[in-house]
Amino acid sequence: MELALVLVPFAFALLALGLRSDAWRRRLLPVAGATHLAMTAFALTLPDHAGPEAWLRLDALGRLVLGFCSVLYFFTSLYAPGYLASHPEKPTRIFSACFLAFMGSLSLVAESHHLGLMWVAIESTTLATAPMLNFHANPRSLEATWKYLLIGSVGIALALLGSLFLAYSALQAGLRPTLLFDDLVRDGTHLSRPWVRAAFVILFVGYGTKMGLAPMHTWKPDAYGEAPGMVGALLAGALTSGAFLAILRFFRVCSAAGDGPFVQHVLLAAGLFSMAVAAAFMVRQKDFKRMLAYSSVEHMGILVVGLGIGGAGFFGSLLHMLNNGLTKGVLFLAAANIHRTYASKSSDDVRGVLRRLPGSGALLLAGFFAVTGSPPFGPFLSEFTILNAAVTSGRYVVAAVFLVLLVIVFIGMGATVMTVVQGKPTAQASATTSRDTFASVGPGMALLALVLVLGLYVPGPIDRLLRDAAASLGGSR
Amino acid sequence: MSSLVDPVLVLVLLTNFFLLGTSRLRAIINGTAIQGVLLGSLAMLIQHEPSLRPVLVAIGATAIKALAIPWMLSRAMREAAIRREVEPLIGYIPSLVLGATGTGLAMLFAGTLPLAPQHVGSLLIPTSLATVITGFILLTTRRKAITQVAGYLVLENGIFIMGLTLIEAIPFFVEVGVLLDLLVAIFVMGIMVLQINREFASLDTSRLSNLKE
Repeated sequence: MELALVLVPFAFALLALGLRSDAWRRRLLPVAGATHLAMTAFALTLPDHAGPEAWLRLDALGRLVLGFCSVLYFFTSLYAPGYLASHPEKPTRIFSACFLAFMGSLSLVAESHHLGLMWVAIESTTLATAPMLNFHANPRSLEATWKYLLIGSVGIALALLGSLFLAYSALQAGLRPTLLFDDLVRDGTHLSRPWVRAAFVILFVGYGTKMGLAPMHTWKPDAYGEAPGMVGALLAGALTSGAFLAILRFFRVCSAAGDGPFVQHVLLAAGLFSMAVAAAFMVRQKDFKRMLAYSSVEHMGILVVGLGIGGAGFFGSLLHMLNNGLTKGVLFLAAANIHRTYASKSSDDVRGVLRRLPGSGALLLAGFFAVTGSPPFGPFLSEFTILNAAVTSGRYVVAAVFLVLLVIVFIGMGATVMTVVQGKPTAQASATTSRDTFASVGPGMALLALVLVLGLYVPGPIDRLLRDAAASLGGSR
Repeated sequence: MSSLVDPVLVLVLLTNFFLLGTSRLRAIINGTAIQGVLLGSLAMLIQHEPSLRPVLVAIGATAIKALAIPWMLSRAMREAAIRREVEPLIGYIPSLVLGATGTGLAMLFAGTLPLAPQHVGSLLIPTSLATVITGFILLTTRRKAITQVAGYLVLENGIFIMGLTLIEAIPFFVEVGVLLDLLVAIFVMGIMVLQINREFASLDTSRLSNLKE
């Protein structure tokens, strides 16, 4: 089953390459999304029967990331055919194949328990997403793709170096050389501390680049700004969660090696710095897609801060991964509709979205309130959990800085969103034929409903999964 | 471990400085090819008793790093009809100084790490870190897309040397994955190089500056 979750999307990708008809290729995407979701649902009901020696295994953390990514991917794949059909002049063959292969690579990330295999999987998600960024094939998207590829490849190269350092820490300690996470966690106390520490710093920079933590975030505004909105949703929701999973797995190893306090200091500093950089760039940000990119930088910072706080922060951070990812899906799909109708993503040109595109405008507005942590949406609950964990663990300065930055982001983002949704649409935008349809708004609405549900109450199975995953992070504490 | 390992590592360090000091793209591509040959021979020399697996890794590394990628890069260079790196962000002498400083720091840092008995006194880990730093300098201070790709290759070479310390620990499958990934990454970048050329009539990535705050 584990292998099938990886191979089936790749089989669909091959099929998409082979199909001649663009119309059939478009229809293939939701079919693949639904198939993957059904397979994931089935896989999550199975017990974790694979032995600790297995390279592919679904533990609580992996189940959480896989299940979440599959849901987000499903709704994005429902949105995709309409988007592609509205750009009939663009070739879809490569785009569709990459779109499908991306989910296969991401499943591999969620399932791999092997240092090297996980690295290969994350590298392949980079390669699968690069052609998707260049969908519009104009100079701007090309520039964004080049930066993404180069910065992402350097990050991934550093991650490999860090993985080798970690492996060396076992070799140096005279242990049987191993690359399996579970072995490393079990032998944690015997690993060579200097190597583990150096490995974590390098790995954190490497996978942090992929997550888009400041100051390694510079690819993000360009990539999210130029990519089609649904690709932005997948990058900001799913891909970054995959990179976060990698950091979680290394975090476990470092905690087991007794280096937890050092690592948590690094995480807190990096997380707050990311939030601060994002807040600085979100004030007076006119381009609403770039604004969403900085929002993603901010929320990656929040995830890392939650991890750095520890205790209840683990639970908050994992819950926030779900909430942020789903909300980013809402926002990017709405932004894609607006961008298409207005042919601009600057708040200088875009006005009156609530009148021109009531559905997308409402989604953008609700998504804005959700992502900035307003009740009753999910991110409120998870951000509150993290804040609470900071206060109860006595980190008052962290809590205060966290809160101030959230307020700055709320004001900065609010100014842009309000300008965009209110007022009268420009004459040029009123003239275009593009309208909100069920296909263009429905997936976003469904995602928003999920964000709302997670804010009101966390359903039993998800709650259990979150608690198991959080326990696996703090088990050695 | 053969006594030839350290001399070869010194040669790798020398190619690093050669790459940092030259402006001709032809020379940079040749330099990466030479480094590829050196890495392939390192993979052969490093094993205790010859076995099939490391020999295959050595052959694969040489084929990709010394032949395939330099060939792709020179093709990209011919199609783009450019020969020289112009006005790097940091001049050649300062890059050499930077590279020398980085190499020194790599030696110092590696000295603070405890080593497994078989690597004590060997240049493997310092050379690996120094090569990574060299690649990083090339990547960040050069403007031509081809030089940046070459810089990335040097960075990966440094990581490959680090991987050699673990050649008995890392299963073959992963090494093949690593090498293939490298090939694909460079390949995709090569395609991009050609497209950048078409769109901007230049391989100068400093023209890629429309997107900024």
